[in-house]
Amino acid sequence: MNAKTKAPQEVLKEDSMWKQKEMINANYRGLARAHEDGRKVASTFVPGNLNELLMCFDFARNLPETNALQNGMRKKSGRMIMEAERAGHSEDVCTYVKADLGMMAQGNIGPTGDPLPTPDVLLLSYTGCFTFMKWFELVREQYDCETAMLHVPYQGDGTITSTMRDYVVKQLKEDIIPTLERVSGVKFDIDRLREYLKESAKAEDDLVWVLQSAKNTPSPIDAYFGGVYYIGPIFTAFRGTKEATDYYATLRKEIEERVRLGKGPITPDGELTEEKYRIVVEGPPNWTSFREFWKMFYEEGAVVVASTYTKVGGVYDQGFRHDPDNPLESLADYCLGCYTNLNLPSRADMLAKYVEDYQADGLLINSIKSCNSFSAGQLLLLRDVEERTGKPGAFIETDLVDPRYFSAANVKNRLESYFQMVNQKKQGTGVAA
Amino acid sequence: MSTQEIVNRCQALFDDLDFTAIKEWKDAEPGRKAIGYMPVYVPREIIHAAGMLPVGIMGGGDQLEVIHGDAYYQSYICRIPRSTIELGVTGRLDSLDGMLFPSICDVIRNLSGMWKMMFKDKYVRYFDAPQNYDDEVGGKFYIEELNHLRNDLAKLAGREVTDDDIRNSIAIYNENREAINELYQFRAEKPWKALSAEVYLVVRAGMVLPPEEHTKLVRDYIAAADAEDRPLRDNCRVVVSGVFCEQPPIGLIKSIEMAGCYIVDDDFMLVTRWLLDAVPTDGDPVKNLADAFLHYSNETAAKYVDKKENKGVYLVDSVRNNAAEGVIFAAPSFCDPALLDRPMLQHALANQNIPYTAFKYAENSGQMQPIREQAGTFADSIKLWSA
Repeated sequence: MNAKTKAPQEVLKEDSMWKQKEMINANYRGLARAHEDGRKVASTFVPGNLNELLMCFDFARNLPETNALQNGMRKKSGRMIMEAERAGHSEDVCTYVKADLGMMAQGNIGPTGDPLPTPDVLLLSYTGCFTFMKWFELVREQYDCETAMLHVPYQGDGTITSTMRDYVVKQLKEDIIPTLERVSGVKFDIDRLREYLKESAKAEDDLVWVLQSAKNTPSPIDAYFGGVYYIGPIFTAFRGTKEATDYYATLRKEIEERVRLGKGPITPDGELTEEKYRIVVEGPPNWTSFREFWKMFYEEGAVVVASTYTKVGGVYDQGFRHDPDNPLESLADYCLGCYTNLNLPSRADMLAKYVEDYQADGLLINSIKSCNSFSAGQLLLLRDVEERTGKPGAFIETDLVDPRYFSAANVKNRLESYFQMVNQKKQGTGVAA
Repeated sequence: MSTQEIVNRCQALFDDLDFTAIKEWKDAEPGRKAIGYMPVYVPREIIHAAGMLPVGIMGGGDQLEVIHGDAYYQSYICRIPRSTIELGVTGRLDSLDGMLFPSICDVIRNLSGMWKMMFKDKYVRYFDAPQNYDDEVGGKFYIEELNHLRNDLAKLAGREVTDDDIRNSIAIYNENREAINELYQFRAEKPWKALSAEVYLVVRAGMVLPPEEHTKLVRDYIAAADAEDRPLRDNCRVVVSGVFCEQPPIGLIKSIEMAGCYIVDDDFMLVTRWLLDAVPTDGDPVKNLADAFLHYSNETAAKYVDKKENKGVYLVDSVRNNAAEGVIFAAPSFCDPALLDRPMLQHALANQNIPYTAFKYAENSGQMQPIREQAGTFADSIKLWSA
């Protein structure tokens, strides 16, 4: 039986969602006009991005993964992927990469219909994903511009050592900053960086408050499907801006009000009024059928109370904040700490802790075909977390932006079975997980 | 020993999925330890200097029945991690005292964490290598990584690993690299005498034998093969690229040759040829290893190429230096690095009018007919139809 939602006439959006939509659209418009406005453009990736640093040099920021996911949500990515495959890219590889390359082959028109500019610098912050390195080389093939590469070591032993931090800081000082100075013609000002980092930390405080509000029962947010909207500004071109700070302050106020009123999360079909299942989700979402995917949860009264995807661009809820007093070291720690740069035991610890701290009923893994960084090892994570928490787990498979890998009937079937299992377990009548 | 006897010995080592050779080596002297490593490169000199046997774990091949390993991976993940897990959970790697997981890709990286969770009593390390090749930046980081490994292994060995120990091991591995380079050169010069499946097995034996013994075996093979009279066929000469991690079945290597292609260069088991020159045996040995890695090491998809114009140059050079007529891209299914790299390498070849063909395989691929047909057509296109 479907859970109760108050169904509005149109898709319900809160003020923060409108605000974010306008921020993203404005960024695309800004990118389209960047060269006309005399601004230089940097293309860079989301995890471990150096947004505040790029702002110190007045770069407009273009993020290929964001373009790919936005194209996915707008049902444009399928054709782009096929275009890249026709050009010789394997069907086996990451579809973010192919959507990006396909978009370029089709004229490089961004998801909002605005043309994307030719970058002046490609900045690869190589954090938590080998594919970024190849993606970067593939994009570099298309352009005749400067490139800068920041190698971020992996937390193989589950800690950030001073050697790792020093290595990243040294690259920033000796390679990244001089390259950005040269391309932009702007001298690096560390005080300017400090100011941006102060803004980042404010926004990070509010984001963490919002994410942790899901510890309430009922949860006022969905920390996965709603969470991907909440992380939008801070994971992309806005971290360190006043706009981001304002966005998170607005968002926090909205959620505070929802907590005060004991309300559940907003879904596209209205407010969820009956929280039946509290779930932790590991892995990125599917973007091409995002709304349909989300519906499979809220129709069953399932709310995601914590997710790891919302940590892929920073693990702020584990205590990290950008620190204006130690700007470069702080950027290094940020890059080193992103979720997919954590080793498997750390990821298992985090998931088990989420299940416990958020009083979740179980762990669901959405395994993404495209993303080995997330996916390799997830079946072991599932077993480990099940054993440690005693809560049932489930596993589904989809893809990021390739519509061919979203089988709605199959996913729905699995989810329904899973929620049934959770229900039985909660009532103590079912078989053990 | 005759060629056949040497090859038979190597084949037996290759077929032995219980790694009896490791057990025998350890049993020969009390207290001996062995450290496994996965492709593509680890500094074996450090392991050897600690008195331990470096053991290359290249997956389970096509003879291992993977039962448990598949339960750890989705269908879209390559084969090598699942067969490696199979080897681990079935006790076949019990003789190893530790495992190193080099920075190849996200799958092997994550396998390091899985190993930590699954084999808690073993030494496990993700061995990171710099993608920044500046001495003062990536070099310093790498020296720390090497020293970290050195200290860990010293603890495991219960004794110090001295500079002299490392210098001695560098000399032994220099000799081994030189022998393998001689073997590759011999094959490039006389590919009808050194069949690629044999060369593969001879090099592969170095994954389980002590380097001193392996060096001798390689040289014995060259001498025996050179002395043997084998028919020269009208094959085309190809470089095989993309097999740096998950190894192809021997049947695939044989199929390429049977289809009319002499393999004159490849990227199988790159650890044996990663460093392109002898590492100096005087001065600071750890720094010497770092310098070699930074400034004269091989190239794969797992390594960043810092300048656009340098992408694929190594492959073009390999074609030129080995008088090859084309390239066969053989990549493991679902191998992100190899498959993402491939279009860029193909562009580099196309710019030089070097023909190529491409296919995928898995370490347990059984059907070779399509590969033989594709390689045969490629050979024909070069031999019969090219201008």
